[in-house]
Amino acid sequence: MRTRTCWNTVCTVDDLVPESGIAVWTNEGPVAVFYLPHRLPALFAISHADPFSGANVLARGITGDLGGEPIVASPLYKQHFNLKTGACLEDESVRVKTYSVLLDGNRILLETRDTHQEAVAA
Amino acid sequence: MSKKTLIVIGNGMVGHHFIEQFVASSAASDYDILVFGEEKQLAYDRVHLSEYFAGSTHADLAMGTENWYAEQGIELHLNEPVTALNRDQRTLVTPKGEYHYDELVLATGSFPFVPPIEGREHPHCFVYRTLDDLDAIRASAKEGKSGVVVGGGLLGLEAANALRSLGLQAHVVEFAPRLMPVQLDADGGALLRHKIKELGVQVHTEKATTAIVAGENARLRMNFSDDSHLETDLIVFSAGIRPQDALARASDLDVGERGGIVVSDQCTTSDPHIHAIGECALWNQRIFGLVAPGYTMARTLSSVLNGDSDAAFTGADMSTKLKLLGVDVGSIGDAQGQTPGARNIRFNDEQTGHYRRMVVSEDGKTLLGAILVGDNSYYDTLLQYALNGIALPDNPEALILPVSQGGAPALGPDALPESASICSCHNVTKGDICCAIDAGSSDLAGVKAETKASTGCGGCTALLKSVVDNELEKRGVAVSKDLCEHFPYSRQDLFHLVKVNGIRSFRTLISQHGKGHGCDICKPVVGSILATCWNEHILTTDNVPLQDTNDTFMANMQKNGTYSIVPRIPGGEITPDKLIVLGEVAKEYDLYTKITGGQRVDLFGATLSELPEIWEKLIAAGFETGHAYGKSLRTVKSCVGSTWCRYGVQDSVGMAILLENRYKGLRAPHKVKMAVSGCTRECAEAQSKDFGVIATENGWNLYVCGNGGMRPRHADLFATDLSDDELICTIDRVVMFYVRTADRLQRTSVWMENLEGGLEYLKQVVLEDSLGICAELEEHMNGIVDTYQCEWKTAVEDPGKRKRFREFVNLPEQRDPVQQWTTERGQRRPVLESV
Repeated sequence: MRTRTCWNTVCTVDDLVPESGIAVWTNEGPVAVFYLPHRLPALFAISHADPFSGANVLARGITGDLGGEPIVASPLYKQHFNLKTGACLEDESVRVKTYSVLLDGNRILLETRDTHQEAVAA
Repeated sequence: MSKKTLIVIGNGMVGHHFIEQFVASSAASDYDILVFGEEKQLAYDRVHLSEYFAGSTHADLAMGTENWYAEQGIELHLNEPVTALNRDQRTLVTPKGEYHYDELVLATGSFPFVPPIEGREHPHCFVYRTLDDLDAIRASAKEGKSGVVVGGGLLGLEAANALRSLGLQAHVVEFAPRLMPVQLDADGGALLRHKIKELGVQVHTEKATTAIVAGENARLRMNFSDDSHLETDLIVFSAGIRPQDALARASDLDVGERGGIVVSDQCTTSDPHIHAIGECALWNQRIFGLVAPGYTMARTLSSVLNGDSDAAFTGADMSTKLKLLGVDVGSIGDAQGQTPGARNIRFNDEQTGHYRRMVVSEDGKTLLGAILVGDNSYYDTLLQYALNGIALPDNPEALILPVSQGGAPALGPDALPESASICSCHNVTKGDICCAIDAGSSDLAGVKAETKASTGCGGCTALLKSVVDNELEKRGVAVSKDLCEHFPYSRQDLFHLVKVNGIRSFRTLISQHGKGHGCDICKPVVGSILATCWNEHILTTDNVPLQDTNDTFMANMQKNGTYSIVPRIPGGEITPDKLIVLGEVAKEYDLYTKITGGQRVDLFGATLSELPEIWEKLIAAGFETGHAYGKSLRTVKSCVGSTWCRYGVQDSVGMAILLENRYKGLRAPHKVKMAVSGCTRECAEAQSKDFGVIATENGWNLYVCGNGGMRPRHADLFATDLSDDELICTIDRVVMFYVRTADRLQRTSVWMENLEGGLEYLKQVVLEDSLGICAELEEHMNGIVDTYQCEWKTAVEDPGKRKRFREFVNLPEQRDPVQQWTTERGQRRPVLESV
């Protein structure tokens, strides 16, 4: 069965920090949203939780590119995560969840599981 | 088979070196080893004795430790002079007992010669040989104004420098018509005299002292044979050395007419079970008064005792290079040109004070000797020509001409033969270095560890580096200095690009000089360089994404994603009111509180959104950011100093606060720590800091490039007896030179170890302004001081910047559910579920 999803407004363009990340709270928990104005697309979203420490910190990492791929480095133990796929460059077995993110006018929309609809269906 | 007994009499540099060599050899397991030393201290570095007055201690100068001797199973008898030998029974006698030996090594060294002058027993007359001598000189100098050194040789001039550093008006009295008569010629001696006079040391040559009597205006008066006289408060005799051969004489070993225990090429005396090495030994009618030949004898003897029948001492090169009172002096081989038919090439520039002389063979093909005064940079090349008999170029004069006049470039490492000695202290040849590289050493540090090259006097550091670099290059080893995939430059290169081109943003730099979008390696480096160059707030829009999280949020991230806060407490001095505020804030936000090693208070467990609120309160109470998160000055630790301490000689707290307020906020390649101690007891542990300041009665001694932590490094003494202004000016220059030239995340200690030319080079740059950049360095530092701002104050006052501190931008009240807490020893600490 295909998971039901929904798009929610999580913040506005003014909340974003160019070349860096911010954290938002969603029904799936904390998500990190990155704004890399020199790329296309310019928005990326991955889980805010650092899989190596368990702490919610990935939005506070340094962004950049390695081999042309957009990345963020965990501020705690410095592992790199691909912002498009969530793959950890240092450990193939580790991957963080990625989310679809869109710019609609001034609003930033994020796609998460539709927990409300899932609850109704159950 | 029961073990034989080997006894070494004398625990000086040569005796210690012999032990080091012998215990590492296979014969060591056949012997019980005993060492007898007359002095109460373990062997120490007598070559650098004068540093004792500049703040070094016995521990700094020590060659080994008692632990080391114990670990080797060596029985150490210090402070126990040997009074007699019974060669028939093979025993020796001390005040504490009688000991049997199978093999005996005499490494008794020498004693200073005191000319038989009437009145020389006066209590304020000294010699310059042991730490005890130096302690006595220091005590006598306390009440005195002037001091005389009798003897204008190498050691005499060292002693004169020591007297000067004790604050005395120093005089040198020499019997010969010139200074350093053994090593220099008339022109060289005259130039040295002129230079030393400029430094405030009075030189009196051709003076024979006839009597020492009570003075009228000072303690003593020296009467000279020409009826002149000189008044002084103390006298140090440094008129040469005599071999310490008393035991040998008393037991009828062969000794020379003018002293010295006669030894063979195997360093064995007229008794086959007794050997002698170092300054007490007379080889081929010669005494060797330098440490390197003594070391060679020690190695020879160790091989002999291991049954090596080829081992032989065949004489030693007596070339020397040193800095006397800040003046370069070098003397190589037949410096006086005594070889029949020898010819001379001289360069003498009285205007700049440079004198160089080459002594070449009759056919002009080989270099026999040389004299240098004023600039020793020519020494290494000339020494290699002389030692290895390398054929001189057609225009040999080019070797001593100033470089701007078309002088020859230094002899390249490729031109040296395999047998060329690179490090004479540890007898390491170019061939040994090549072997070490072929065996797997892939850098300078590896070669040093493998061969011990350049770990003795350190004089060969630059030469060693050039040989190692050249050999690595030949083997195709290329060390990439690129910062990361985005910049094909080192940090130092980037610094110059930013500074010279006036670049003010990462974007401009990477588009002009790099590729891609950057990463967590290059961004913080560039952020730090931009901060050093332009000193803008680290949270301007362009700068935010360059910073590590600690810099971005101006606090230190802990393992659960919360932060710790360290307000600045300059010099560790804090008022009770401020201390109460720290307590109140910590209590309000339930922050775990701990005193740091840097005399500050660390408050743990603040969430991102709490940081600005907490800082508002701290700033209101007068606190500033402590930069514990930045690659910048952390703390200037201090002891309580002369204000309270009965031993303190300067106000160390005042100086620490001054330094901390001056250098706070400066962005550097790595963190920088400083400390100020109020006396030589060194309670602030300044010698383990990047910059350590120790008070003296005359001002401050500055130590640089020390480190504690993972790789401890004792700081190097950089300058002595500085005034407040001199101290700050010197630190300004060193700090800025470090900031400009160090690599990414390179602490000052590693920077120093990798700096070509090392400490001496840094002294030339900073103290002598050899690069002509000191004014620029000072101006840069002053600019940074003038534009200092407390980053936290600026941040809490700016709503735009405060926005960054929202934990979740869409839900301000949401707490991070991962951050769970428990209580331990009365304080809150994190519980983090493992994932």
